[in-house]
Amino acid sequence: MSVEGDLAPGYESQSEEGEGREGIAEGVRSYVLGLALAIALTVASFWVARTHILYGPSVPVALVALAVAQMGIHLVFFLHITTAPDNTNNVLALALGVLIVFVLVFGTVWVMAHMNHNMMSMHEPLASPPQNE
Amino acid sequence: MNSVVLPAGDEGSSHAHSNAPGHGAGGPASKRIVVGFGFWIYLISDIIMFSALFATYAVLAPATAGGPSARQIFDPNSVAIETACLLASSFACGMASIAVSQRSMKWTQISLFITGLLGFVFLMFELREFHGLVARGDGPTRSAFLSAFFTLVGCHGLHITAGLLWLGTMMAQFYAKGFRRDIQYRYLCFSLFWHALDIIWVAIFSLVYLVGMNL
Repeated sequence: MSVEGDLAPGYESQSEEGEGREGIAEGVRSYVLGLALAIALTVASFWVARTHILYGPSVPVALVALAVAQMGIHLVFFLHITTAPDNTNNVLALALGVLIVFVLVFGTVWVMAHMNHNMMSMHEPLASPPQNE
Repeated sequence: MNSVVLPAGDEGSSHAHSNAPGHGAGGPASKRIVVGFGFWIYLISDIIMFSALFATYAVLAPATAGGPSARQIFDPNSVAIETACLLASSFACGMASIAVSQRSMKWTQISLFITGLLGFVFLMFELREFHGLVARGDGPTRSAFLSAFFTLVGCHGLHITAGLLWLGTMMAQFYAKGFRRDIQYRYLCFSLFWHALDIIWVAIFSLVYLVGMNL
């Protein structure tokens, strides 16, 4: 097998094709490990959401953390986006995507929350005078 | 004299030894890499589009206009089944990738059929949920919250529907044309698409359904 400088997403670093039984076992093991981790994180998400194991207001934070972790598992084990040197192009494209998603979602939520707050005080007089004036 | 000549010689030889694409000496990257990378760029643009829908939903979620709120309409059991279906479907798609790399027609078709079947079950549960909401008068026109909810989750459902059609054509192409190189490139794109849809569903079931049930 010739050494290539880059690797497409979806392909594992070492084995590609024609590796016989060894290649199959290796590939299946990787997917099974990914599936097991994804199931564990999914069950944890439902458990946190459906029980009172965590302090109420911290539940959304825990769910976001579990979701991000599971997305990472999916990227590594199912899409084979890794930190290996032959994956640099894919990781850089992903990094740009994550940056845009972060700016878009957090920027929108942040700006709109402030706007709602400011509009609210115009027709709903505050019970107590504003403290940070 | 030698000390002046040597660095130039070193540089030349290091270029000659490098066969990495992008350095000229190795030529362009192989078609498989170009196809995969190009489709990866498309998937990231799709994820950016979904992030805009997520942001819209996050802003509009409290705007129920006197209608039902998230915690009143979401059914945790239905969401759990949908999540399990899509995760198992993604795993079956991974098994199909291995079967394709081993050129096993039988296992490719079996894995792809299971992938499609689980995706179809997912879609049926989602349609059942949508139908129930609309039948109770809580359709997308009821409130801004429900408009945003139907747009976000419905857009994911449309992607799944398109994926199922693509899956059917992939099974037919493998059957009719065998494991040709171009068919394998198409399958690579399909598998990336299917796994990416599962990633988006992870965000939907966590941030829309589970967070919604707790607000």
